[in-house]
Amino acid sequence: MKQFRESAMRLVFFIAALTSILAVLLICVFLFANGIPAMSKVGFFDFILGENWAPQDVPPSFGILPMILGSVYITAGALIIGVPIGILTAVFLAKYCPQRAHRILKPAVDLLAGIPSVVYGFFGLVVLVPFVRDNFGGDGSSILTASILLGIMILPTIVSVSESAIRAVPQEYYENAVALGATHERAVFRVVLPAAKSGVFASVVLGVGRAIGEAMAVIMVAGNQARMPAGLLKGIRTLTTNIVTEMGYAADLHREVLIATGVVLFVFILIINISFSLIKRRQK
Amino acid sequence: MRKQKQLATPIYGKQSFLEKLISYKKKPGSLIMAILVMLATAFTLFIILYILGYILAKGIPYITPSLFSWEYNSENVSLMPALITTIEMTVLSLVIAVPLGIFTAIYLVEYAKSGNRLVKLIRLTTETLSGIPSIIYGLFGMLFFVTYLKWKYSLLAGGLTLSIMILPLIMRTTEEALLAVPASYREASFGLGAGRLRTVFRVVLPSAIPGILAGVILAIGRIVGETAALIYTAGTVAQVPPTLLSSGRTLAVHMYLLSSEGLNTNQAYATAVVLLILVVLINGLSSLVSRKLSKGKQV
Repeated sequence: MKQFRESAMRLVFFIAALTSILAVLLICVFLFANGIPAMSKVGFFDFILGENWAPQDVPPSFGILPMILGSVYITAGALIIGVPIGILTAVFLAKYCPQRAHRILKPAVDLLAGIPSVVYGFFGLVVLVPFVRDNFGGDGSSILTASILLGIMILPTIVSVSESAIRAVPQEYYENAVALGATHERAVFRVVLPAAKSGVFASVVLGVGRAIGEAMAVIMVAGNQARMPAGLLKGIRTLTTNIVTEMGYAADLHREVLIATGVVLFVFILIINISFSLIKRRQK
Repeated sequence: MRKQKQLATPIYGKQSFLEKLISYKKKPGSLIMAILVMLATAFTLFIILYILGYILAKGIPYITPSLFSWEYNSENVSLMPALITTIEMTVLSLVIAVPLGIFTAIYLVEYAKSGNRLVKLIRLTTETLSGIPSIIYGLFGMLFFVTYLKWKYSLLAGGLTLSIMILPLIMRTTEEALLAVPASYREASFGLGAGRLRTVFRVVLPSAIPGILAGVILAIGRIVGETAALIYTAGTVAQVPPTLLSSGRTLAVHMYLLSSEGLNTNQAYATAVVLLILVVLINGLSSLVSRKLSKGKQV
């Protein structure tokens, strides 16, 4: 009896362990099976490199290059804003901050990570959009606005992953540098930070993943015009927002093409994930 | 400046701030870097305070009893149905994901031999799952649960989509919690004649509970804040779903619809406050639980 229960439960655990494999398989199968036929119907290169997105025209055109560029631009903008601030904040938390302040700052940064993306989007809509409109011109919903908002959203990821990477550098590195006459800053930025660089880089890759996959916050501040990027202060649409905006009313080929948009996004994410795990492996 | 001085004291313990400044005079590069570090941190802190302060200040005045009335209609955009749906959605997702996640972690830590190919594959797929953005989950849920299984927009479709989404989180935190249980506990249990199963459930799991709980609470936070995965799986009907197969909107979806309609901005602020408070409470609870855990470890 006991023997039976042991092996039955072992089987249950084993089957549970297989669910994550099953889930990934199902996601791949359903996305690809529904998206790839649309790609071949539209023509792979017309789809990926087409500059015109007009699903309601007769005949419709389904080029998603504007959205691919939109995602890339906004992600790049978010990195320009989020990475320096994030890494410097991580340096502060790891190398400047007294313990008492750390006990307040660290949960605050974690809180920033916990804020739902709709709340970020809403904040962007009521604060950042008017701010950009008044100070930089345009109608406020723009590449710049979305970049600032996403830059803020990836901050907690970059700060916490970088901080643990910096803390993982042996204290002797820092002490040796200071003993050789380096200032605190020189020791931190020339010795400790370079030693932590793969961890810091991993945090940036994670940030890229978060920025490129974000939908709800971007949709509220980016303007969502499906056209080639026309300037920092002009609106734009990304891969994610293309799906959210149009899935509600799309039918037939249009719907399939939106799923194909999801496939393109999925492939981007897979590439980012793989590079992340490669970096992590090199760290070890 | 005074604040920065205080923050800087522990590092420059034996120097006064003035001496420090003088020593910087010869090292302008270091001074610039120090200032940049301070500025970046000040900016991060400012953003956190600004977002919280702004939403709270704008939203709290609009938290009225009518916001919590049982019925939603176009005159009174009550958030009560959405709040109840959120709770139902959370319970449903947890009921599916928590046992699966814990069992997977038990298999990986207590049963599987490390270096096993299957174990590597499971880890790889879990890592993949945790990197997939929520809109892709939403798309998959729509294709599989809503269309292929013909569940329509429903609580069940949304709940299952979310349970796949939080599975890696629960699995990873449980795995860490199980690994943190000293091997001597297991050996002692085996030594007393207990089988592997009994050891897992009576010895290992109970001592891992705080870690598992912290993970589950984090997962709740993720469910409460989720929008993109739910719009096209659970739908957006503002009601308490009467059955598992009917549509309902969670609080975050409700918030998104309010702000994109642009008609009830004040209520959107108030909803944002409720959402923020929920998330802050959930996060605080999670770190409290995990702090308890690490305290336990030091003993």
